[in-house]
Amino acid sequence: MTDTFALPNSLRSQPDANGHFGAFGGRYVAETLMPLILELEKVYKEAKADPAFDAEYAELLRSYVGRPNPLYYAARLTEALRAKAAPGKGAKIYLKREELNHTGAHKINNCIGQALLARRMGKKKVIAETGAGQHGVATATVAALFGMECKIFMGAKDVERQKPNVFRMKLLGAEVIPVHSGSSTLKDSMNDALRYWVSNVHDTFYIIGTAAGPHPYPELVRDFQSIIGKETRAQMLEAEGRLPDMLIAPVGGGSNAIGMFHPFLDDTEVAMIGVEAAGEGLDKKHAASLAGGKSGILHGNRTYLLQDEDGQITEAHSISAGLDYPGIGPEHSWLHEIGRVKYMPIKDDEALESFQTLSKLEGIIPALESAHAVAAAEQVAPTLDADKIIVVNLSGRGDKDIFTVADALGVEM
Amino acid sequence: MTDRLTTRFAACKAQGRAALITFVTAGDPDIAAMPAILDALVAGGADIIELGMPFTDPMADGPAIELANLRSLGSGTKTKDIFALAADFRARHADTPIVLMGYANPMLIRGADWFADQCKAAGVDGVICVDIPPEEDAEIGPALRAAGVHLVRLATPTSDAARLPAVLKSASGFLYYVSVAGVTGKQSAAQASIDIAVGKLKAATDLPVAVGFGVRGPEQAAAIGRIADGVVVGSAIVDIIGSHGDAAAPFVQDFVATLRDALHIRETAA
Repeated sequence: MTDTFALPNSLRSQPDANGHFGAFGGRYVAETLMPLILELEKVYKEAKADPAFDAEYAELLRSYVGRPNPLYYAARLTEALRAKAAPGKGAKIYLKREELNHTGAHKINNCIGQALLARRMGKKKVIAETGAGQHGVATATVAALFGMECKIFMGAKDVERQKPNVFRMKLLGAEVIPVHSGSSTLKDSMNDALRYWVSNVHDTFYIIGTAAGPHPYPELVRDFQSIIGKETRAQMLEAEGRLPDMLIAPVGGGSNAIGMFHPFLDDTEVAMIGVEAAGEGLDKKHAASLAGGKSGILHGNRTYLLQDEDGQITEAHSISAGLDYPGIGPEHSWLHEIGRVKYMPIKDDEALESFQTLSKLEGIIPALESAHAVAAAEQVAPTLDADKIIVVNLSGRGDKDIFTVADALGVEM
Repeated sequence: MTDRLTTRFAACKAQGRAALITFVTAGDPDIAAMPAILDALVAGGADIIELGMPFTDPMADGPAIELANLRSLGSGTKTKDIFALAADFRARHADTPIVLMGYANPMLIRGADWFADQCKAAGVDGVICVDIPPEEDAEIGPALRAAGVHLVRLATPTSDAARLPAVLKSASGFLYYVSVAGVTGKQSAAQASIDIAVGKLKAATDLPVAVGFGVRGPEQAAAIGRIADGVVVGSAIVDIIGSHGDAAAPFVQDFVATLRDALHIRETAA
């Protein structure tokens, strides 16, 4: 924690009026986009104050997304880890089942909210960037639901490694635009989505998929994803009569993690771990921008970035396409700097191992993103007393990843 | 201190024509080829040099300049090379203003003060930072102003009456009108819409108004030069460098000369 920086009374009151989370966040966009960004901020403020907006959002989450999803006690995973732990050790592990949402991940929580905002602003066309394809599928889904025209920008490399999701998006009526620039992954799809947006700003709404980008996106995405933490809180109180001791969530841009963490930020007894993708290792190719990057400006916000000494962005690597991004949401950068959340790197091979472990022990095939959080829990749980409780955010299901995993394991399908 | 930008705009105005502002990406195709290319711009009749700082993620640029960025970085261009190039140019051309154009991250990675000092030391007259709107002026504006370097602001087709005061508040050197809502070099705006927009901007500021984005050739430059104080041509020059590489200088000079001739037509025709 820096001693030159006074912390606010509540850690839940960020960002400030200009969209800053401490030294991070902000609005670093081309002038062409500024009027729209300012309008979005205004519309979002009005929507937040409008009970009818919240009621419609809540009803869609219930009847369309299938919320609340369960908080599940992973007894077999817990017992397996206790068997290897010292006597009296091995925390109880719960899974927040975001993978049971319609479209198979947490992404839809945010897309429903942003589509409602798009409609409120009179925009009939939506665009989105996608890495693994989960956000693309979620966006294509809400576009179908709201009768909006939809274009999804996806790195050509990701189009190749996420074929099932590409087909899903097309079935849902979206146009998938492969992006060939740069490293042909998530950051490049975001560049091209921004290029398209700046050219079509009059009639197009950009549904950003993570809690990053120019203000007010990090705030509104976090707010829409906070349903995860709110439900977890209520469900844990019902199941155990108390708050959990620790929350663990995977972090690419970090929307599922901030959604789980934010409602608990002022509960000092709840520890939090955000899990970054360490790829092949922090000394090799990875996507851990907090562990291996420094503060910079990209895609509309100031945040931790993987970059060289000249500020050129370096390529991220993760086996998980959804974590393959050289930055992180600005609120995470702030929570990292003030020390409220600990960030832990997990490598490709550790995530692969946990992908299989959870499948075999619990009958739940996790997304590779979520498998990073499971791997972190497997390392941390045995070090904690058996009466401690951990909640892992199981942010998505792993069906989309079976080809990648088979390939990594050398299995012919 | 002599203000090369103000002096140059005034000189062009005295000649009854718009200033010709030419953009190239620093280090495209490589740093070694740059002095000849910059000299060719001046020899062809460019009044002001806009020097692009390459960035891995140039999200405000269309394909032509994006490729130029990649060519430059691919050939190993570093920030220190760009300042050396500018200082070297300044030693050869005492009066031709240089404006650095680029993205916030490479400019600010070593701190705004470092960047502003480097600009001053190299004889850079102004900076255009695509992704620092007035709301984030504190990141770069105070450091540049302290160093006596202009921070050139951008106005766009989306800059309505409500927005314009925010843009003009911290603008200096000249006002850059981005004539299309879009990326560089992709499409061109209708001349009528440019005329209307420039008229409004000139009524709102005493700064010279230059028009860029999508200005491809002499005819269009001439049409814009009839109303604006400056015409920016970028992608069309960058395309020539993309085609001719190390041997681009004479082709660049010829093309720039056709632009400059077109701007002269105004004074004879007017």
